[in-house]
Amino acid sequence: MTDTAGLQSGDQVRCRYAGTDLAGTFITRRDGYAVVKLESGYNIGIPEDAITATAAASAAAPVMPPVPQNPDLPSVAIISTGGTIASRIDYRTGAVTSQFSADDILRAIPGLTGIASFRSRQLATILSENMQPALWQELARAIHAEIRSGAGGVIVTHGTDTMSYSAAAVSFMLETPVPVVFVGSQRSADRPSSDNVMNGMCAAQAAISDLGEVCVVMHASTSDDRCAIHRGTRVRKMHTSRRDAFASIGMAPLGTVAYPSLDVTLSPGAVRRGTTEPALHDALDDRVGMVTFYPGMDPAVIDGFAGYQGLVVSGTGLGHVSAGCIRQLAALVRDGTAVVMTSQCLNGRVCDRVYDTGRDLLAAGVIEGEDMLPEVAMTKLMWVLGRTDDPDEVRDLMRTSLRGELGRCSAHGL
Amino acid sequence: MDYKAIGLKAGIEIHQQLDTREKLFCHCPTVLRDVLDRNGEFFRYLRATESELGEIDRAAEEEMKQVRQFAYYAYDTTCLVENDEEPPAPLNPEAMEICLTLAKMTGATPVPSVHVMRKLVIDGSNTSGFQRTALVALGGSVPAGARIETLCLEEEAAQRVEGDVFSLDRLGIPLVEITTAPDMRTPEQVREVAAYIGMLLRSTGRVKRGLGTIRQDINISIAGGARVEIKGVQELDLIDEVVRREVARQQHLIAIRDELRARGAAIHAVYFDVTGLFAATKSAILKKAPLILALRLIGFAGLVGREIQPGRRLGSEMADYAKKCGVGGIFHTDELPAYGVTAEEVEAVREACHADPGDCVVLVAASRKKAECAAQQVVRRALLALDGVPEETRKMLEEGNTAYMRPLPGAARMYPETDVLPVAVPQAYWDGLFVPELLSSKAERFAAEYGFDDQLSRQLAFSEQCVLFERAVADGIRPMLASRTLLATIRELKRDGVAVERLTDAMILQVLARVEDGGLAKEAVPDVLRAVAGGKDLETAAEEIAPPIAVDDLAVLVRRIVAEREDFVKSRGMGSLGPLMGVVMKEVRGRVDGKVIADLLKREIAAML
Ligand SMILES: [Zn+2]
Repeated sequence: MTDTAGLQSGDQVRCRYAGTDLAGTFITRRDGYAVVKLESGYNIGIPEDAITATAAASAAAPVMPPVPQNPDLPSVAIISTGGTIASRIDYRTGAVTSQFSADDILRAIPGLTGIASFRSRQLATILSENMQPALWQELARAIHAEIRSGAGGVIVTHGTDTMSYSAAAVSFMLETPVPVVFVGSQRSADRPSSDNVMNGMCAAQAAISDLGEVCVVMHASTSDDRCAIHRGTRVRKMHTSRRDAFASIGMAPLGTVAYPSLDVTLSPGAVRRGTTEPALHDALDDRVGMVTFYPGMDPAVIDGFAGYQGLVVSGTGLGHVSAGCIRQLAALVRDGTAVVMTSQCLNGRVCDRVYDTGRDLLAAGVIEGEDMLPEVAMTKLMWVLGRTDDPDEVRDLMRTSLRGELGRCSAHGL
Repeated sequence: MDYKAIGLKAGIEIHQQLDTREKLFCHCPTVLRDVLDRNGEFFRYLRATESELGEIDRAAEEEMKQVRQFAYYAYDTTCLVENDEEPPAPLNPEAMEICLTLAKMTGATPVPSVHVMRKLVIDGSNTSGFQRTALVALGGSVPAGARIETLCLEEEAAQRVEGDVFSLDRLGIPLVEITTAPDMRTPEQVREVAAYIGMLLRSTGRVKRGLGTIRQDINISIAGGARVEIKGVQELDLIDEVVRREVARQQHLIAIRDELRARGAAIHAVYFDVTGLFAATKSAILKKAPLILALRLIGFAGLVGREIQPGRRLGSEMADYAKKCGVGGIFHTDELPAYGVTAEEVEAVREACHADPGDCVVLVAASRKKAECAAQQVVRRALLALDGVPEETRKMLEEGNTAYMRPLPGAARMYPETDVLPVAVPQAYWDGLFVPELLSSKAERFAAEYGFDDQLSRQLAFSEQCVLFERAVADGIRPMLASRTLLATIRELKRDGVAVERLTDAMILQVLARVEDGGLAKEAVPDVLRAVAGGKDLETAAEEIAPPIAVDDLAVLVRRIVAEREDFVKSRGMGSLGPLMGVVMKEVRGRVDGKVIADLLKREIAAML
């Protein structure tokens, strides 16, 4: 038996296994075995008593030089929050984790420095499922600060899982004269086929474009041909893994960025640069919940939201729930919770005046969420409740387009 | 040639497609498709990434010299995993079982915890930019005289349709990779070991067959040379020739190095823009080139044009390097004037580079970016010539020649496939793995048990029909009938255009069983199979083609035929048996077994004599 308890990742070892004597590098322990990277590059998991340490790992990680930049180019701020646009392999678990700094992004996507002059700020390194409303607020403040100090555009790198929530939340908290571009990657940055380079390049180009609102820039198709620019309050992740997972719902995208030409095309409806002055309204009331109705749902589930300031319901069809649930929702409204109805159809407008159920919901004081996406209605409700708790004002604001999140008309052809 | 004296060391890597139901990391079938059946197309760019150790692999870097757009064809038998749009499924346990079976057959030891790796491959043949591969077992041997270093399980790459267009049907088919130690010392031994491993693979009965389903890579070095890996030798018969030609190439390169050193050769790494000299040239390539760079190789005259393999020169090797930059090739003064370039133009170029008669001048013609890249590559290869043989990965050309592909890859091209969990190989599972009979043992057994000659035994054992043959024999079919039907009859029917692929194993067995039951003469088997393949059921086919003849009717028929040929029978005696057999057989058209007829005929002839 060899004492391998003190082995560190990177230590040189010899493996005596299967009649062979192979040199390798100790990587980690996993599933009760020592994982060794052989000189051929293969990792194998073998019993710990088959390996002997021969030399310690070379001490320090290589120091990366700073990335040189061209100060004559437009100034763009990169704010990184984590996610797979910036990922690296974790030796201990073998898993991909988000741990690049914003400077690492410039290194990973060398073409960026030809588009703009970047300054970077690392707000967080989290997987986006761990995002919190408090971090949305910090993010809005950081973006606002960057704009106030002269950034001509802001890029936010974000895990794709909850990117649309963050984009919507920032949309409400921030009035921006410059593009605020959320970007991520669906296929990990450690693979040669990753979408991080194209998405990053297109995001940078969008950030120096004539746009003046919060948006998400991601692949528009499975090919590396163009990115779509989606409004931050109208975008949704519609596929678990494809590059073109993000789609605008209820409206056409704000525009496209062609690749590799990086030509930006904006639709007439896209808000243009300089339309407004920068302003921050960062109050949020995070005591807001969201629930998806399903046939047979126990009305007691709704009781769980008692005491919440707001609740967004994702109802069926035009915006319905069962009679039993209506009673519970009515009770919530009576007790001061703002209840907003949206549809799990995602596409189309809620209308609670067609069927009895809907009329009962209206009578119960439920607010129709128009054609808002459920998650957008939720972040909006947080923001609205952060401003006012007057029920009439809440109702008015929820049914008024503040950042293009809802439309007066359901456009034909979408 | 005395290969031992020149220090030949060769090893092989055999890649064999496995005949699994599903692919290695998705649930798609392992079928190849016609590109015309594609139902989708997309394109991507690939770029080298840093490994976990923060290095970019040199082989990957080489492929990166050009930014290339790769197009892919998708099918209704491929999925988002092939498109690199979905994480991989867990490693296919069926493929793992076949790989471990092979490990057991070679006496190798399994890795108790198998880790799937990503091997960087950014030539476009993998949508992800890497090939998934796992080291499954270590340390076996084959009796043909080589140690087995490793057995790996890998995913097959996409098939190149043309240029940078790839077809995704092949991507992800499981491959087993068997790597030998560099234990072989002669070209013939390399071929023998490859043939033995091929037999081993087929003995599992679970590998794909046909062109392209098995590929050999050969590692070769000689004393004073360098390790060279030759990729993708498909024909077994070419292996020894490939080895011989690589040995010759290395010997020539060593001789060239010695002469270059003796001449004090050097490389002048300054390029001269000679575009203006070719304004009125007759060379179409040079005339339309936006830029022509000339490069002076001091002391290289005559050596760049020296042949190192049939039809290939040192200049070809330089051209291989230059092509990585997207140029079509190079010109060098050892082969000029030619190709529309005049002696005057050559003189002008030599003058422009201040070249002496002992120097060789290389020309590259392309856009500035490509031409400069190509010129650097020529310099790189020329410098390597001063050292002798460069370590390289090379690809097979026709007839056993090879061309440069990329530098030998390093360990930096491998990093963990984080989307696939490690796979445990429990001892009990390993102990319980069935080891199939080797085809060579099977052939010996056929010869011993059935009295087949060696050639037939081997042919049968190694044929795809062997499994069905063994089933037929187990069902009580006579071995000779089964082997003749499976090896000869079916092939003949196929040659006649019969749709034999419609004959299921069960149908064939039923036909043969009917013969054994006496319900069908063996002579009728071809016609009945033909009818069954054409869609008839066995009953109808047998009834139509060979309605049974009552013994009495047959006796009458035989008696009539003998009587009609009385003179012939009397003059030939028993010698008339053969010719009369033919007459009777024609009349009964396979409805009666030949032996029955012969017995009857013998009796009738004897009676007449
Ligand atoms: Zn698939």
